[in-house]
Amino acid sequence: MAQHQVNYASTAGLPIALTTVDHLVNWGRSNSLWPLTYGLACCAIEMMASGASRYDFDRMGTIFRASPRQADVMILAGTLSKKHAEFARRLYDQMTEPKWVISMGSCANTGGMFNTYATVQGVDRIVPVDIYLPGCAPRPETLQYAMMMLQKKIRRESANMKKNTKQNLRLV
Amino acid sequence: MRKYTPKDNVQAKSYYTDRFWVAPRVPRAAIEAGTHFAEVLEAMKAYAKESYIEIGTLVIHIDAKENFEAIKTLKETCGYTQCSEQSAVDYLAQDGEFELFYQFLNVKEAKRVRIVCRIKEGEAIESIVPLFNSANFAEREMFDMFGIKVNNHPFLKRILMPDDWEGHPLLKTYPLHGDEFASWYEVDKIFGKEYRDIIGPENRDPARIDRYDTKRFSRVGYEVPFGEDITEGETEKPVEYSETLLVDYNKKSGKQLDHRK
Ligand code: SF4
Repeated sequence: MAQHQVNYASTAGLPIALTTVDHLVNWGRSNSLWPLTYGLACCAIEMMASGASRYDFDRMGTIFRASPRQADVMILAGTLSKKHAEFARRLYDQMTEPKWVISMGSCANTGGMFNTYATVQGVDRIVPVDIYLPGCAPRPETLQYAMMMLQKKIRRESANMKKNTKQNLRLV
Repeated sequence: MRKYTPKDNVQAKSYYTDRFWVAPRVPRAAIEAGTHFAEVLEAMKAYAKESYIEIGTLVIHIDAKENFEAIKTLKETCGYTQCSEQSAVDYLAQDGEFELFYQFLNVKEAKRVRIVCRIKEGEAIESIVPLFNSANFAEREMFDMFGIKVNNHPFLKRILMPDDWEGHPLLKTYPLHGDEFASWYEVDKIFGKEYRDIIGPENRDPARIDRYDTKRFSRVGYEVPFGEDITEGETEKPVEYSETLLVDYNKKSGKQLDHRK
């Protein structure tokens, strides 16, 4: 955090902070991540717990929104059935750019224990996933950590979403 | 001459096959005169083909064609006013038939009755929704899971699987991991068939490790750039597991323990 502090001494006493547009935009984006209220199965209970007072997502600027139009993070918390895949994708399409996806729990990551005809074997078959978090169910701390990792990721991105290729993000 | 039976493995076999094994079956009791069930059976006399008591439940086998009248009698004469469950069992492989069952509860007597009937594949059954509204969803589920058609049902439509689903998943012939249609369902529906190549088949083995895959697997201590080809001309050798716990030293299959140091 120290790097964001204004060092008045270095600017000859003037209250000026130097930054880049990328930095400023991403500071705003990463510190007010609004996930979509969207639970699929038992993992959603942990997601709700993360949002409630004990684990308190609010202090990280993360507030659950009930509409995809107002949300920028989709937390796929739970088992995605094949019947529901279409609607999950539709909700994802309805979210405005920039948007990110967190795949929460074994079921969302790989289909988990539901190795059957009716479960999507990993939500990355239908939406691009930014963060996979393991566990069955992941504890609320895990989801908090995932949010923090997502913030870290966003801070590395360019404010211009078109420039966010894998090479530029140094994800490769 | 006596027919030859293979003798190898005879001793080992006895460890995992029990010649005297019979499928367990719940004991069936006869209906005693003077009880409530005897009265029920008296009222159902015209329909009952076979009847007995299983774990306190009266089971009555009837003809599938008479199911509506039989259940109407059961409801109106015997006071069985709740239909708690209705579904089917797939006995197509053994008998070429489905076994349908209806489960009823008499609240006043605290007694339960099961009506059982059998239909052939492709035959339809009469709906009991005019008698019991609770059978509405149960019959829809039976149609969804087994493909059994129900005559005069108010809204016979799939209930669990999507409307455009192919196949009936609770049939014993339906593969657990789904058929071709099921495995591509979400891809076909959302992106279209031409995206199958891009998305690729389902990975049904999440524990699978591919040592040449540099996109999804890390090599701790031997890190390589993302997506680099490290096969060096080797072809992938599938991992083979031993079929039995017994080691066959002659054929050199399975896990070999003779090179321990
Ligand atoms: S990962 Fe576990 S807790 Fe989460 S939805 Fe699947 S079964 Fe439920």
